[in-house]
Amino acid sequence: MKELAVIFFTMILVDNYVLVKFLGICPFLGVSKKLDSAVGMSLAVTFVMVMATAATWPIQTFLLTPANADGTLKWDMGYLQTIVFILIIAILVQLVEYILKKFIPALYKSLGVYLPLITTNCAILGVTILNIDNGYNFIESIVCAAGAGIGFLVAMVLFSGVRRRVEQAVTPKCFQGLPITLVAAAVTSMSFMGFGGIVDAIFGV
Amino acid sequence: MNNKLKVLTNGFLAENPVLRLVLGTCPTLAVTSMASNGIGMGLAATFVLVCSNIVISLLRKVIPSQVRIPCYITVIAGFVSVVQMLVKAYLPDLDKALGVYLPLIVVNCIILGRAEMFASKNGILDSALDGLGMGIGFTFTLVIMGSIREILGAGTWMAGLGTLVPALPADFSVQVIPASIDPFTIMTSAPGGFFVFGVLMAGATWLTTRPKKAAAVEGGNA
Repeated sequence: MKELAVIFFTMILVDNYVLVKFLGICPFLGVSKKLDSAVGMSLAVTFVMVMATAATWPIQTFLLTPANADGTLKWDMGYLQTIVFILIIAILVQLVEYILKKFIPALYKSLGVYLPLITTNCAILGVTILNIDNGYNFIESIVCAAGAGIGFLVAMVLFSGVRRRVEQAVTPKCFQGLPITLVAAAVTSMSFMGFGGIVDAIFGV
Repeated sequence: MNNKLKVLTNGFLAENPVLRLVLGTCPTLAVTSMASNGIGMGLAATFVLVCSNIVISLLRKVIPSQVRIPCYITVIAGFVSVVQMLVKAYLPDLDKALGVYLPLIVVNCIILGRAEMFASKNGILDSALDGLGMGIGFTFTLVIMGSIREILGAGTWMAGLGTLVPALPADFSVQVIPASIDPFTIMTSAPGGFFVFGVLMAGATWLTTRPKKAAAVEGGNA
């Protein structure tokens, strides 16, 4: 239980995907202008992250690189990882879109535009591959994916507040728009550096 | 001929994929803590970009437009797997340095973006040139950003180039700032990435929105 909590909070505060690992920067810069769209996008991303991990982990473990009892591989098709994972994510996003459209039309409407964009969000492919690389088991992978999603949400919500202030500020002409936003992101990211080691200290690992 | 040249050089500054079109920001920020990583990442992405542009341009009349995005992604993922296997086999150090960002070339929006915006509408030669130009622009930006961050953050330049170029010694690096001066380490970590990217983007905006005045001045001097 403690290990799971450590993974979860590390993903949110210390290894934040957006501000520390630079994954999912495109939606971070594109959709963080307004608070409600930032929250909607983050929730959709979190959902797809968890679903994608739940789908890719068994495929990697049982289909691509199944292991014998003594740890040797029955066969190694690990080189197919990239192609298989991105196709699964694309299918999943499509599926989520259909299901939401049919059963929860209100949520579909509020997320509509952002759903197809999630396929090319590198944080999703990133979390599925990193879970395999880190050797997490199934439960740990799911917790890690949920933590990454919540971390994305925290970063988006915090940054949409910073951005509202930045947009009212007077900036040099060539800095207007994205450049000053990136400088503001640097400051936000610096504040997350302060969380280094906090999770280990709290849980006494 | 002039037209072909324009297609090629478009990606250098006027339509620089990173600084002007703001595509492919994740790898730009993530791998540029060292200039040599920028070269490796840039070349890998250029290879995928040129190959996928050629194939997609060849197939542009075959792929139905409703399912074009999944088709493009499959083509791109195929070439990324090729690059992954080549890098793992011949440049294992680069593979370690780029880590998860190497397979993530699949979702690099530069590649899908150029497939959608250019290769699906233009001939093979133009598409190949466009891919090459965009790739060079991408590599160039990565190297500049990597150089700034590495020189300020670690005091060295091109450390790790020895693992890319066999002719150089493995521990090749240029000491730019004397080792006795404490490096500005925040530049190689996450905030420095965002900051240098923001400043470079402002610089590119300044360079491309200012030209009329500057061209007149240069012309006057000549």
